Amino acid sequence: MRVGTNAYLLLSALLFTIGVVGVLIRRNAIVVFMCIELMLNAVNLSFLAFGRAAGSLDGQILAFFVMVVAAAEVVVGLGILVAIFRKRSSTSVDDVDLLKG
Amino acid sequence: MTVLAVTASERAEFLTFVPLAILSVVAAVAMVLSRNAVYSALMLVVNFFCLAGFYVLLEAQFIAAVQVIVYAGAIMVLFLFVLMLLGIGSEDVLTETIPGQRPAAAVLGLLLLGAVGFALANGGFGGGAGSLAAANADGNVQAIGRLLFTRYVFAFEAVGMVLVVAAVGALVLGKWRP
Repeated sequence: MRVGTNAYLLLSALLFTIGVVGVLIRRNAIVVFMCIELMLNAVNLSFLAFGRAAGSLDGQILAFFVMVVAAAEVVVGLGILVAIFRKRSSTSVDDVDLLKG
Repeated sequence: MTVLAVTASERAEFLTFVPLAILSVVAAVAMVLSRNAVYSALMLVVNFFCLAGFYVLLEAQFIAAVQVIVYAGAIMVLFLFVLMLLGIGSEDVLTETIPGQRPAAAVLGLLLLGAVGFALANGGFGGGAGSLAAANADGNVQAIGRLLFTRYVFAFEAVGMVLVVAAVGALVLGKWRP
């Protein structure tokens, strides 16, 4: 009854897909960000599963770096969001259409 | 594997994995579907705790602790701060701006899941679970620290640089210009 690597990989794929669908259907930019975080975490789960399957700690190091970069990305992304909100008073991704011809 | 070969720890792993997997998927779906962004954030916190549980099952105790402290703690607090700052009254509009966006998104998601599932079914890891018992012999944190400051020292320093640049960038973006 050992939970194999494939079970973790399938769960990771499922969570990643939910994140992708969320990015595609939601229009609140903050929720879109949350879906991106979900995708990053799903990939971290497969890193750790692969690491255990290979019997090495490199997967854990990679997951650690992904977490740090995700933290940096959230800080900058939310900063941009607040700046946009000051100009347009909206967090909907449809309202950011300055480049529309 | 015979029934006799199932040890107590293996059964515990299975009995922990299944409820956590169901809960994490339900929380993720609830996050995508809930109209209120604050509910989405709370569902995401539930999902992060489930993932921390998986990390413990995968013998990554340090990453599990970092997951709870950094993700469920710091990052989600940042999200909730911004949600409160920008006002939570603005709920999503129900009408579609692009016609047929949601069915197309569902079809694309199913295609992605099907492709990954197909790849797993055909070339996946043939059920072998592996073990980190040898790598974690001196303790998980000690082993990760040793790797971080030897083989990955350059990446470690570079990632510190990324964090500094991100902090400065957030300051510049957040500066109030009247």
